Amino acid sequence: MQQFAELVQLLSNSTKTNEKLGALSQYFATAPDKDKTWVLALFSGRRPKRTVNSTQLKTWCMQATGLSDWLFEECYHTVGDLGETIALLLPPSTTPIAAPLHYWLEQLQQLEKATEETKQAFILQAWDALDNGERFVFNKLITGGFRIGVSQKMMVNALAKTYQIEPATLSHMISGNWDPHNVTIEELLHQHTTGADASRPYPFYLAYALEGLPESLGPEKDWQAEWKWDGIRGQIIKREGQLFVWSRGEELITEKFPEFTPLTAALPDGTVLDGEILTFANGLPLPFQTLQTRIGRKNVTRKQLQEAPVIFLCYDLLEWEGTDIREKTLAERRTLLEALVQNMQMPVLQLSPEIIFDSWDQLTELRLQSRDKGSEGLMLKKKIAAYQVGRKRGDWWKWKIDPLVIDAVMIYAQKGHGRRSNLYTDYTFAVKDGDQLVAFTKAYSGLTDKEIAEVDNWIKRHSIEKFGPVRTVQPQLVFEIAFEGIAASNRHKSGVALRFPRINRWRKDKPVAEINTLEDLKELLRVNGHNTCS
Amino acid sequence: MNVLQFTDNGIYCPAGDFYIDPWKPVKRAVITHAHSDHARWGNQYYLCENASVPLLRLRLGNDIQVQGVAYGETIFFNGVKVSLHPAGHIIGSAQIRVEQDGEIWVASGDYKLENDGLSVPFEPIRCHTFITESTFGLPIYRWAPQQQIFDGITQWIYENQQAGKASVLLAYSLGKAQRLLYHLKDKVDHFLAHGAIAIPHEVLLQEGWALPPVERITPETPKTAFKNAVIIAPPSAEDNVWMRRFQPYSLGICSGWMQVRGNMRRRNADAGFVLSDHADWAGLLEAVTATGAEQVYATHGFSSVFARYLTEKGIAAKEVTTSYGDEEIINNPES
Repeated sequence: MQQFAELVQLLSNSTKTNEKLGALSQYFATAPDKDKTWVLALFSGRRPKRTVNSTQLKTWCMQATGLSDWLFEECYHTVGDLGETIALLLPPSTTPIAAPLHYWLEQLQQLEKATEETKQAFILQAWDALDNGERFVFNKLITGGFRIGVSQKMMVNALAKTYQIEPATLSHMISGNWDPHNVTIEELLHQHTTGADASRPYPFYLAYALEGLPESLGPEKDWQAEWKWDGIRGQIIKREGQLFVWSRGEELITEKFPEFTPLTAALPDGTVLDGEILTFANGLPLPFQTLQTRIGRKNVTRKQLQEAPVIFLCYDLLEWEGTDIREKTLAERRTLLEALVQNMQMPVLQLSPEIIFDSWDQLTELRLQSRDKGSEGLMLKKKIAAYQVGRKRGDWWKWKIDPLVIDAVMIYAQKGHGRRSNLYTDYTFAVKDGDQLVAFTKAYSGLTDKEIAEVDNWIKRHSIEKFGPVRTVQPQLVFEIAFEGIAASNRHKSGVALRFPRINRWRKDKPVAEINTLEDLKELLRVNGHNTCS
Repeated sequence: MNVLQFTDNGIYCPAGDFYIDPWKPVKRAVITHAHSDHARWGNQYYLCENASVPLLRLRLGNDIQVQGVAYGETIFFNGVKVSLHPAGHIIGSAQIRVEQDGEIWVASGDYKLENDGLSVPFEPIRCHTFITESTFGLPIYRWAPQQQIFDGITQWIYENQQAGKASVLLAYSLGKAQRLLYHLKDKVDHFLAHGAIAIPHEVLLQEGWALPPVERITPETPKTAFKNAVIIAPPSAEDNVWMRRFQPYSLGICSGWMQVRGNMRRRNADAGFVLSDHADWAGLLEAVTATGAEQVYATHGFSSVFARYLTEKGIAAKEVTTSYGDEEIINNPES
């Protein structure tokens, strides 16, 4: 456990990619095999099943330390992380146990059917056996979510270095549905790419944002343009008579979308499609909020299926007749894809339309229609390009439309998490409605560290009231809030819900008297949110 | 009886007509220690512990009118009995004991309980009312014994040297810097320091404190001097072009705030050492209990939390707002 705790410590403190990469590949070269498999699983989002929940951890910690609820909460809001708060509050370890990572994980898994008392006894014993750094990672293993700045790409590169395998190949090897309980890292890395696991998706190819105008990309005839959609990027896989639906986060989501079940019979074996899962009605995508009702539910209700029906909008064909065709050109893959979708004749499977344009000027003009179509902008793909792995520059570009903006005043603030712990970084904003202020959105990002420090300092000096972790501040600081979309919402007091709200800039130049009004927001909704009523 | 009062100018003794650590200029100021949020400019007359006198002169000018007293020595202001007692925070730091008609109040200034080897160790004073700091008044703040921290720093310096890097330690120029020098003097042959540290250091050496020599870094210091060197700099040097000359180097921050990972991560330090000149949670509780006070005022830091906790434990406690520390010091490793 010590070795893993040190790795986590180093990864979360270091700001240098090379240092992190070095630490990871050093870890993969020296750690016990079983530990490596688990680390691979953990850092690629394959969380172990939760056998103990955070409320239990909190309760047992309060019992062990004799702290009252309010004092525990004060600590938690200052630290910004439950696992760390508990690690700091517990008394020093008295009976150390030097056991590897997999020991603790296996022990935790065995608690699944245990009684509350057994669970508590085990957790207390573990806490007493681990030092502060180990305790922190132990708690994080339970609560899930290591946010320590290790991307899947970085881990793949580290493994590639240790095991001398091409990163792209390796990426494919470790993707898909595997469980660290019954597979070892050696098994994962020694199989052939077109391997045993029929469910395995290909790594997604992701685009960078285009800065400036597309003229820099060369002749327009070399490029294919499509609308960019805001749904769930996914892959549909049909192999060995089975259908698998994967999200970009490499989550298997087949069960959540029964609409795709007919594809099991319809698609030929050995087919892999790349596309977007969208809620769709009358030929137009519904706002992302509708799709949200379908995410995070285990069982889909009939009502949801009616109100938020989904389709798969096909972008690309990655495997055809059992052969990986990612090395073919986009033009070749597109021809195969078009034929496939046409033959299917299934409303649930649609083709992402190609936008016909003669010049970059014309495309620039067409892009202005994006919002009317419920799209985020354009995608530009080079016709001769292969389907690559991960985010790469050059052959694919996303060219999004400018966000909507509104000037608003900060009215509440709350402390952040992670590297923003004990700093006020989570703000709520309001617009004017007559002489009242109406809260309409929260935003967490968009300021520089220096600005955050300045705002934090200001908040500490200008707060009016404290409600638990939330501070009400004097309505004085004005910010420009940017967002990608706006939809009517009866869950929000303002009557609107925003998509991807963030702080665009701090309007030090603008007095509160001149911020936007609720009427302005509703006007934005009228102009830009028309597809929400369908 | 309110021996001391909280006013807009600072903590005031009406019967003795003097202030403790005033934040606006007054006639008579009794100073707990030489940090800038406690010893401010513009008072007509200063009283402090003997060891603080040269530090006050250094920071506020040679022309201030200042009187030094020894720990435990008694003086009278209009019949009010005043004495200074060790606070263990930095060299010359004192708690101020004020007695009027048998009623005793103590203002702590800043303090810590662990003996740092330089400042005279904290001494609890029995009193009716205790005005305490509460910078780290949350139970998540628990300090390891300093030897453990210094061992960690020594090991870090060694590893940096193996990797051919200089070790830059950020520490507040008055207090933390001397504590580092004192505890590392047998492990490190040669120290380099920023001017903000070298200047008070010079004064302290003249006063006879058992500190190792330091070399002040100037624009003329050759780059070769920084290879594998141990450099002590104030927190303000962070993110500063001044640091570039040390490349390659590793940056370590010495502060109680390093206890929380998020604080350390956003400072972009290579290492964080949880070393504080303030009492931790257990230290604050121990100090309050040892005074036997029936009434407690918590000043800067997590004052509302600490006061609420004491009240639950049956000690009448209140939060008071002062201009010391203030919450923004979370970004200032003075603590």
